[in-house]
Amino acid sequence: MKRNLFLGDEAIAQAAIDAGLSGVYAYPGTPSTEITEYIQKAPETAARRIHCRWSVNEKTAMEAALGMSYAGKRALCCMKHVGLNVAADCFMNAAMSGIHGGLIIVTADDPSMHSSQNEQDNRVLGNFAMVPMLEPANQQEAYDAVYDGFELSERLGYPVLLRITTRMAHSRSGVARRPVVEPRSLSYPSDGRLRYVLLPVNARRQYKKLLEAQAVFTEASESSPFNTFYDAADKSRGILTTGIAFNYLSEHFPDGFPHPVLKISQYPLPRKLVEQLAECSEILVLEEGYPIVEEQLKGFLASGSPQIRGRLDGTLPRDGELNPDIVGRAVGCASEAARAVPGIVVPRPPALCAGCGHRDVYEALNEVLLEYDGAKVFSDIGCYTLGALPPFRAIDTCIDMGASITMAKGASDAGTFPAVSVIGDSTFTHSGMTGLLDCVNEAAPVTIIISDNETTAMTGGQDSAGTGRLEAICLGLGVEPGHVRVMIPLRKNFEQMKSVIREEINYRGVSVIIPRRECIQTFKRKKHTSK
Amino acid sequence: MKTNIILSGVGGQGILSIAAIICEAALLEGLHVKQSEVHGMSQRGGDVQSNLRLSDRPVASDLIPRGQADLIISLEPMESLRYLAFLKKDGWIVTHSQPFVNINNYPKPSDIRAELDKLPNTVVLDVEEIARETGSLRSANTVLLGASADFLGLRFESLQEGIRQIFGRKGSDVVDANLKALAAGRAAR
Repeated sequence: MKRNLFLGDEAIAQAAIDAGLSGVYAYPGTPSTEITEYIQKAPETAARRIHCRWSVNEKTAMEAALGMSYAGKRALCCMKHVGLNVAADCFMNAAMSGIHGGLIIVTADDPSMHSSQNEQDNRVLGNFAMVPMLEPANQQEAYDAVYDGFELSERLGYPVLLRITTRMAHSRSGVARRPVVEPRSLSYPSDGRLRYVLLPVNARRQYKKLLEAQAVFTEASESSPFNTFYDAADKSRGILTTGIAFNYLSEHFPDGFPHPVLKISQYPLPRKLVEQLAECSEILVLEEGYPIVEEQLKGFLASGSPQIRGRLDGTLPRDGELNPDIVGRAVGCASEAARAVPGIVVPRPPALCAGCGHRDVYEALNEVLLEYDGAKVFSDIGCYTLGALPPFRAIDTCIDMGASITMAKGASDAGTFPAVSVIGDSTFTHSGMTGLLDCVNEAAPVTIIISDNETTAMTGGQDSAGTGRLEAICLGLGVEPGHVRVMIPLRKNFEQMKSVIREEINYRGVSVIIPRRECIQTFKRKKHTSK
Repeated sequence: MKTNIILSGVGGQGILSIAAIICEAALLEGLHVKQSEVHGMSQRGGDVQSNLRLSDRPVASDLIPRGQADLIISLEPMESLRYLAFLKKDGWIVTHSQPFVNINNYPKPSDIRAELDKLPNTVVLDVEEIARETGSLRSANTVLLGASADFLGLRFESLQEGIRQIFGRKGSDVVDANLKALAAGRAAR
């Protein structure tokens, strides 16, 4: 059989296409971005008219995906872990309404925070919403989890949360495809209004149904091909793995496990399978992320039964992603480094690209702010967050998408002056516009710099939702026309940029400054491809 | 057959193009492949690496355990040393000799060279210079791959075929330039 060398993200994308996908909805975010990008480029997408355009944020993405599912078609919704916070309102309530066409929500978690501001484990949110979850161990399983996941979602009547982590998303291996399923046609649920109108009278009934469905979800897990029990003679220890932790364990036992091993890739936790580990003296839990299963096991098994080991008792580190060395140490077969890294090797942190417009913005802003005591710069999520590092050291905060504007407002309410916000164009349309309306409504004396590179740059240059319309959006939200200022962030405009920034800081109302110059990376790429 | 490779460099140098050719060659030989990449923030001029594992048996872990890499292929000399803890005692380092300096505290190049010289199995080449001599500066990465060719456990013909597959849609000029660079890299070692 032909094997395709797919990234985990690509395996998910191809599986969705093969399973009869009608639409993907997503906002870019590492490590999830390549799922949607793959679908955008796939030949089937144009031929079948699969929806694949980027959404403005994860909330609008999930709502649109739920709408497509309501209309009977299979939909995929992809995001990085923190994106699910943005989409949580819809996510929680999609579990109340249930679905019609199969709906898979992919959360790409980032343990060790390779490219994120936290390492939240969205299995917690899956449990919170009480939906079935899949957590594949390898790229083939990622393909199968999506292919079979649509079926599972439709059979159970609920959205399925597919959880992957950075290593799965961005690691390649051979994947075999399965036959292409015909996309679903337009249809509506027969009990639509009873399920989808979540008035309290309906919501209470839907919630009871969701609670009753838990037993069905657990049965599905217990018979799932994704959950496998490997028995072995030595019961001094049992090992439970979730997701890709199974690979790190297998690495050390290429010829079979000496202890019983339960590999989990589908949740809720399959109780009956877990009980097969009860006769072991201790159970080692290997899971990527929070000690969720580890905590659950304590409730499952009677007191006096196996000792539970994992991230909570110090057998494994409490934070960070697993790797073959950490797992090797926990099972007593770690390999050793032959040599140490020489002391002369120094860290090489990422930096803003040479020629990037954000550089010019920070240089001008830094110089102007020297003229004021007590200036604070509230920034946001994107390449420009790198303005925190030398040589700029230009920003004071970076919390979540859009927070720059609203935090600047709150600090300004508290007396901070100047209160400056630095946000990118894509982040502004993602979650900054509503905060700007708050500022306008109270005429808050904040200076908002929308550093516009006309793309979603950090994730590799995806389309940005507000390109060409940022001034119109700001004016529409009520910013005074004289205080929407556009400039070109180039060295030759340095003095002019400084004057604009100074003038707008001194204006005691809402100002928006839009330094606009195309991202140097997308510019280079266009130049290269047009050759 | 099992080869564990770490590819290293600085974000933007293009280590993934080397990985793509090796993967293609390994698949042609019917081998199992796992390759872990770095995307996202560190691609902006930070240190980047890719773990690449080839085997005639299924590969379990996406990541190479400490002390288990057969080979480090690096586009930058300091970056070749960053992953030394992963190299086998008798493993090889094949690296470009010219530093990529984008940080203030970059060590003295002679100190890096001294550290490399302490190791038993190293190939240190100015792959840009060799690429320039072959007439295609853009093929420096392929020169480095050529210098690594004999440590991969793959047939040289498979790498050549891998290049034809990967660069085929860019035209025969690009394919030929890369085949030439591959041979030049191998010869320079």
